[in-house]
Amino acid sequence: MNAPAQVTAAPATTGAGRSTLLRHLGITLVAALLLVAATYGLEPFRNFQLATVAAYLCATAGLTVLTGLNGQLSLGHGALMATGAYTVALTQTRIADTGATSGWLLAVSLLTAVVVTVAVGAVIGLAAARLRGPYLAGLTLAVAVVVPAVAITFDEVLGGEQGLSVPVAPPPLALGPYFPYERWQAWLAGAVTLLTMLLLANLVRSRFGRSVRAVRDDEVAARLAGIHVARTQVLAFVVSAGCAGLGGGLLAVLAQSVSPGAFSLTLSLFLLMAIVIGGLGSLAGAVWGAVLLVALPDLTHSLTELFTLSPSVAQRWEGNLPLAIFGVTLIVVMIAAPGGIQGLLTRIGRALPGRRR
Amino acid sequence: MQRFVRRGLVIATSLTLLVTSAACSDDGGSGGSGAPVPGVTDTELVVGTHMPLTGPASAGYASIAPATKAYFDYVNASGGVHGRKITYKIMDDGYNPANTQQVVRQLVLQDKVFAVLNGLGTPTHTGVLDFLRSNRVPDLFVASGSRSWDQPEKYPSTFGYNTDYTVEGKILANHIKTNLAGQKVCLLGQDDDFGRDTLAGVEKILGAAGVAAKQTYVTSNTNVAPQIGAFKAAGCQVVVLATVPGFTALSIGTAARLAFKPQWIVSNVGADYNTVAKSLGAAAPLLEGMVGSNYMPMNNDAANPWIQLFTKVNQSHNGGAPFDGNTVYGMSVGYLFVQALLAAGKDLTRESLIAAVETGGFQGPGLAPLRFSETDHSGYGGARLSRVTGGVQSYFGPTYETDEADGPVNEYTVAPATPPTNGIPSTS
Repeated sequence: MNAPAQVTAAPATTGAGRSTLLRHLGITLVAALLLVAATYGLEPFRNFQLATVAAYLCATAGLTVLTGLNGQLSLGHGALMATGAYTVALTQTRIADTGATSGWLLAVSLLTAVVVTVAVGAVIGLAAARLRGPYLAGLTLAVAVVVPAVAITFDEVLGGEQGLSVPVAPPPLALGPYFPYERWQAWLAGAVTLLTMLLLANLVRSRFGRSVRAVRDDEVAARLAGIHVARTQVLAFVVSAGCAGLGGGLLAVLAQSVSPGAFSLTLSLFLLMAIVIGGLGSLAGAVWGAVLLVALPDLTHSLTELFTLSPSVAQRWEGNLPLAIFGVTLIVVMIAAPGGIQGLLTRIGRALPGRRR
Repeated sequence: MQRFVRRGLVIATSLTLLVTSAACSDDGGSGGSGAPVPGVTDTELVVGTHMPLTGPASAGYASIAPATKAYFDYVNASGGVHGRKITYKIMDDGYNPANTQQVVRQLVLQDKVFAVLNGLGTPTHTGVLDFLRSNRVPDLFVASGSRSWDQPEKYPSTFGYNTDYTVEGKILANHIKTNLAGQKVCLLGQDDDFGRDTLAGVEKILGAAGVAAKQTYVTSNTNVAPQIGAFKAAGCQVVVLATVPGFTALSIGTAARLAFKPQWIVSNVGADYNTVAKSLGAAAPLLEGMVGSNYMPMNNDAANPWIQLFTKVNQSHNGGAPFDGNTVYGMSVGYLFVQALLAAGKDLTRESLIAAVETGGFQGPGLAPLRFSETDHSGYGGARLSRVTGGVQSYFGPTYETDEADGPVNEYTVAPATPPTNGIPSTS
């Protein structure tokens, strides 16, 4: 039995431990204020997109912890999002059936989603900890592929391809009777996501975070340093799965419906591509990734509208262009800036005169 | 700490700039905020739709919305409706309910459409009913025969268009009962309300024991060999298909590979000969003898004045695209929408449009009656059967009408209307 090291993590420099927490709280607060300000300045549809970015950010941040910091590749995070989404759908429906109408019950649904996804993530994580590289990719890929089949096989419960609708309470009356619904959605998703990001940021900077990175860099060295490698890997998977489940649950709340089409294999691949383009290994990169996931399809639609194409060409572009652009972007980013968008920004920041590291 | 504060300020400032610039650049295309009714100005009317332009159900369906748009362009060319040109925004949802959620929100919240017209698909459109209701958007002439659209109490602004699947199932089963009596009947249906409602209609006529084997398919799985194999094993002689065109082709092609040749009876949804034949390619002769149903004039009926009109519009405003049943369908939707707009009057509001549709009394290209009233939001109430002979699909027998309950299947003898000379309805 490898007892965990008894040394409490000594802060590297005096006061750094305290200021990390303070800094994270500060950033969260600034972000929250910005979010509220933004929701007043934006059109309803942009608010809905903002809320969608927030939902995706939960998932991409979790995947960053797993892939970027722990080095475990997962092609199945779309399936974990689906788990969360369907849990929320089923719980909300059950709650609505009992006649309870409190908006707070949504928190219960989202927490249930996290718990269920964590359980599923633990099972996959236990298997994942025994696998490396392509074998791990294969296992998680299988998990992603199975989602539509599960939804269709158990269609009495999960509603088949049509999916389920998710009853969601309107905004609380305290905000006034005509409070825009999309603004409320952005607040809701934003609040949940900011809390998640705060917890993740602290976790990454903690001893656990260092163990996670140590396992990625050199398993043998990590083991010599007294880190329980398998346990760390499973824990990283569980944390990541919980975030994905929360993200999926938020998506279900935003769309007020769930269907297997929303959680196809493409989504899993997109999530991975998004964090790579955003910048692997930093939570800021996950933010860029989440923004890309929402912005790119929108951008391609605007692009196709700019050119007056013949109907048949426009048709073919419409569905496939986002995929193509995502792929091309990925290749360009890997060649030009392996650190992704965030890495590029950091490099630019360092190159600026008068900055000391 | 100094550095942190400074950096925080930099981030906050840049983000604020970004947000405000995004807010400024975001000007919904409704021509300023002065318009009291979304999507309506004195010179323009913006409507939108969601369609599967890509994905498993796009075969055939992708040409519906362009045909509707072509008819609108034809009307716009002679001045539009009450001086307003119709702009038709077509969004691709790939027949994926998750995408439908996104694109319909974009249409309603960002593009500020006046109404959603002819949104296609049972599973896709079901997911946006609540959203459209809470935003009070007229949701006209849904391109699906699900009975969900006919709920005036629950969804007051939603109206169907297609003959509903239960009515159609009854008419198909009536044909089986009178012409194919004593044969073993089986049914393959899409695993949603489309398949279920069709089955309900068939069973109303043949009885619950009248359908020997029932199978379902999902659009995400393009292998129907297990289902067709089960039919062959059960010794089915008549197979009813409640399938989208791509899956009509798949089913008939798969059966041919298994050397299984039943009498095919196909719902109007997947019975357009040109579309299915295109999917089958060289195997198109397999469609010989297929019985289908439809409630629009047949696209190859050159003597029909509606077909003459739509062919003309197709040449002048649709780039001479292939002219099939989907083209006729798309243009007929456009014609009905223009009729509804005219009936709603010059002072167009969402309420006046819905009231106009509820008043009903529309005469158009359809063979069956349109049933719109305050208590009935379903569309066409009947259908006529067609058969493929020598590679040509043509009607036989009378047009039938019935209800979705237990009413009898009756012949409908009212002759269809003739189009106005210029092809544009006028206020009656």
